[in-house]
Amino acid sequence: MNCKPEELLISLIAPHLAACRHICVGVSSPIPGAAAQLARCRSDNRIIVNLLGDFRHNSFTSGGQEIFDMAGQGRIDAFFLGGGQIDGQANINLVGTGSYPETDVRWSGSFGSAYLYYLVPNVILFREEHSPRVLVPKVDFISAPGISPPEHHRVGGPKCLITGKAEFSFDPSAGRFTLVSVHPGYTLQDILDSTGFDFDYVEDVPTSVEPDDQTLSLIRGPVAEQIRGLYPVFADKVFG
Amino acid sequence: MQQTRIVSVDELAAMVPDNCYLAIIKDDSSAPSEAVRALVRRGVKGLHLLTVPTGGYPSDLLIGADCVASVETSGVSLAEFGPAPRFGSAVKSGKIKIKDATCPAVYAALQAGEKGLPFIPLRGVLGSDIAANRDDWKVIDNPFAEEGDSDPVLLLAAIRPNVALIHVEKADRFGNVWVGREKELATVAHAAHCTLVTAEEIVDEDLMASTTTAAGCLSSMYVDAIAVAKNGAWPVGLGDLYDRDAEHLRSYAAAARDDDAFDIYLQRYVFAAPARASA
Repeated sequence: MNCKPEELLISLIAPHLAACRHICVGVSSPIPGAAAQLARCRSDNRIIVNLLGDFRHNSFTSGGQEIFDMAGQGRIDAFFLGGGQIDGQANINLVGTGSYPETDVRWSGSFGSAYLYYLVPNVILFREEHSPRVLVPKVDFISAPGISPPEHHRVGGPKCLITGKAEFSFDPSAGRFTLVSVHPGYTLQDILDSTGFDFDYVEDVPTSVEPDDQTLSLIRGPVAEQIRGLYPVFADKVFG
Repeated sequence: MQQTRIVSVDELAAMVPDNCYLAIIKDDSSAPSEAVRALVRRGVKGLHLLTVPTGGYPSDLLIGADCVASVETSGVSLAEFGPAPRFGSAVKSGKIKIKDATCPAVYAALQAGEKGLPFIPLRGVLGSDIAANRDDWKVIDNPFAEEGDSDPVLLLAAIRPNVALIHVEKADRFGNVWVGREKELATVAHAAHCTLVTAEEIVDEDLMASTTTAAGCLSSMYVDAIAVAKNGAWPVGLGDLYDRDAEHLRSYAAAARDDDAFDIYLQRYVFAAPARASA
């Protein structure tokens, strides 16, 4: 591969954001943050990017509630969610494993997922770890469902799932993921072995496209500088 | 309405009753760490903790020191330093009762509280296990929907905490509190019955005298008492005034994974440390 794994993921996420006007990125999300900044660079700064927790790249002035009020009105086009568990219907679990509430493993909690998943049109599911313990047949706790019955107000939801090994698209009418591409260094069999849920695929699935020189110079130049303030450890590790 | 009192951090902690409904705000806005250490020293018990909307180091410390009976939260974590270990083990063992929420539900319920409304509707959440486990939330059909359309909407009971405990960069000697862009501090104070504040400094200047500073203020109308706590968010950071103490938070995250190491941490950084900033 011509780049670091993090740079591949940044370059794979960014095209999903190209048509957005406003992208928000949650805390502790350096790769999504960098991907949003890459999309913004390519848009000639037309796209607004708000990185939560960053004073410099954050336009909110009405407190922590503002992002949710904006999402409720449809003023946010893209957001990122992950999960300790993600299942084949795109349900996500940020609460824990085992039976609730005295779970075997307790994670932090659902944060804004149980709202933003319904209201932000382009939710990108992102989780670097691609293993059967993360990508499970059925989550133990639904922090936010991947799909909702037609009577539930829902204008948003998952568009894709990007992991450290592959990219999937999501079809809300079928409630299923389809394998789009496999990252360099992995095979279809690796993905089948490390994914706990069923998904659709073709035998000759393409390899994920590596970033070209122009993309890499954007990532290593302006994008690296824009996220260094918020994520110094990540920036040092990936960009030096 | 009584005048805002200027007190020490320990006196402030004494104003938080046992078993009360206590609101504290997320670490990247306002971590009242010094006040929480004083609460632990005073041996507060049975708190019903509300994190607005998430919790970090101060919440984990209060839970670990056995000061908390229940917690309502959208998430408790030490962010880049990993999960909040005392929170996790207290929930798993059933030592504290957990009410899982989602961030906008906490904000919306506080906004209902500040308006004096009994409840407020919120989009989303339907069909999640969060909603399934909250018997204090209700679902109604939107009464404004088009004839014949079904549009279920979640209703949240208003939240009015007994006490809001916040930490800020500065207050003035008249009891006005600078919150800047962190407007959720004002939301919580408006909703709470009592607001207790620690501030890095108390200035002589009247912050309400100029519209520029007044616009970023929570006025003394809502503030019951203020104590000076220099570096009062430590080891958490405060706005652009100071950064978090990464080394300390990393060592806390490790110590809090183990019962004995956590006790040693409490002895060293809470019980043996006087309210050094409160003078």
